[in-house]
Amino acid sequence: MNKKQEISNIQLQRSDLIIIRKMIPENSRVLDLGCGSGRLLYALKQSKHVKVLGVEREQSKILECAARGIPVIQTSLDGGLADFPDQTFDYVILSRTIQSVMRPDILLQEMLRVGKRGIVSYMNFGHINARIQLVFGNFPVNRNLPLPWYDTPTIRPGTIDDFKKLCHKLGIRIIQEIPLTNEGDFLPRLTCFSSNLFASNSIMVISKENEVIQ
Amino acid sequence: MNQEIEAGSVGIVQFSDYVFEDELPLDCGRSLKNVVIRYETYGTLAEDAGNAILVEHALTGDAHLAGKYSENDKKTGWWDEMVGPGKPIDTSRFFVVCSNIIGGCSGSTGPRSIDPDTGKRYNMKFPVITIADMVRAQERLMQHLGISQWHCVIGGSMGGMLALQWGVSYPEKVNAIAAIATTARVSPQGISFNWISREAIMNDPNWEKGEYEEQPSRGLATARMLAHVTYLSDESMNNKFGRGLQASDNFDFAFKKDFRIESYLEHQGTKFVERFDANSYLYITRAIDYFGLSDATDGNLAEALKPVHCPFLIVSFSSDWLFPSYQSQELVKALLKNANDVTYCNIQSSYGHDAFLLEMDSLGSLLSSYLSNLPENGADNE
Repeated sequence: MNKKQEISNIQLQRSDLIIIRKMIPENSRVLDLGCGSGRLLYALKQSKHVKVLGVEREQSKILECAARGIPVIQTSLDGGLADFPDQTFDYVILSRTIQSVMRPDILLQEMLRVGKRGIVSYMNFGHINARIQLVFGNFPVNRNLPLPWYDTPTIRPGTIDDFKKLCHKLGIRIIQEIPLTNEGDFLPRLTCFSSNLFASNSIMVISKENEVIQ
Repeated sequence: MNQEIEAGSVGIVQFSDYVFEDELPLDCGRSLKNVVIRYETYGTLAEDAGNAILVEHALTGDAHLAGKYSENDKKTGWWDEMVGPGKPIDTSRFFVVCSNIIGGCSGSTGPRSIDPDTGKRYNMKFPVITIADMVRAQERLMQHLGISQWHCVIGGSMGGMLALQWGVSYPEKVNAIAAIATTARVSPQGISFNWISREAIMNDPNWEKGEYEEQPSRGLATARMLAHVTYLSDESMNNKFGRGLQASDNFDFAFKKDFRIESYLEHQGTKFVERFDANSYLYITRAIDYFGLSDATDGNLAEALKPVHCPFLIVSFSSDWLFPSYQSQELVKALLKNANDVTYCNIQSSYGHDAFLLEMDSLGSLLSSYLSNLPENGADNE
């Protein structure tokens, strides 16, 4: 890892963002939905000359993006992506945001209308810890899902399996899956079956085309 | 964090006048002779002239953007908080230019100027001008100043229209555009307010078909009061005036100014008559009505903006009902379609349209960030 990457990784902090940064090829065009303060896009722009654009709802974060020199559009994802033209991005990123929108199904389709591939970082409510809490009768609150049901932006909680079923229903292919554990370690040996039980978060690359990575 | 330079004033400033040698052709087919442009500059032009920023004023603004004319001057320029050393539009880095539009009444050629052909004021013989004409005149000034590309053109309200028009008229001469609280096409609601304003002026008996010696002050004040309401918002008026009464605790049961809002509007109208010319108001509002970038492309804004490749900063304000956010969003959509680099922020504010002169913290932060991250002139703005 060279120094530039190291710096970007430190700035990213979140393990899923570090992995997403690695996945994006140089000079590609990337749209980040719910880009927050623009850390990932900044890292991509700096280290990989990616042509970036962010979408964010909160004004304070828009100002932070602007301070980083990241172009960003203020809008709510619940309004869809109607302002974005077809097939203008190589990757459309939706990191830990899909469970916070009113209609994740519509947004997934919109992502693949405006971009070739989507990268979804999905928080797994099917994780063993969450299941145990549910067995004892409560909505999961733990290190990975830290907020109580009444105060979480996650209005559409679901499991990795639920996500896959939705993709299947919509004719969307999952062309790559990278499950992450609690510690954020890469779990190459986890199969799709075990990720639903042991991954706290999973990164899934989606596409409408018949292509498979590796 | 680094110690930032303390934001300061540009200090005492002077205006200059530039007189065109050649006639200025206009969209209406006529042309103007001996055009004068009044302008002010702040900061120092770099050797390669790559640090020049043009700031466009709104309907009733002028070239006096920042600073004072003398030590005792009580009033600073209209965007003094935004322009100066260490301020968002940093004059220690940028060479900032502001000029009075043609058709105006603050130094540049307008309807009250003397027609060289007759030796009398133009008044209503002044040609009907457009936003594109105003920009064409500014491009002459640009040449005169030895600038080949603006690093950024920044404008709010009508100034935003000029900024957008710059992109369309001279795409190669603009490195970036910041369009604030504005629109790419003035809506029927906007045209309506302008129409009523002009009716108020032209129906004032003192207007005398534009040949007045003394201003048609009733009509002009009424026009201003109407316009002023469109610059505020229901919320800001509620916050500032409520239903408060001006003089007594009770209604007068008459038709004089009972409410504080009535006195306020009256005051705004009267003040305005002292500083702005009625005929200029007619001409400039007409130019605003005619502004519709997509008129020539069957309403297709993206098509109209196609020649413009530069990055854009688009800012709207949540409570602006004169140029509502959706109009900025239309612009954003067209720019996204054209693959321009766009940043768009809809600043939360209760101040209505006037927010572009009041929300200095958020707007200042955006502008300053935007300017400090812009590519240098001539860079490939793919």
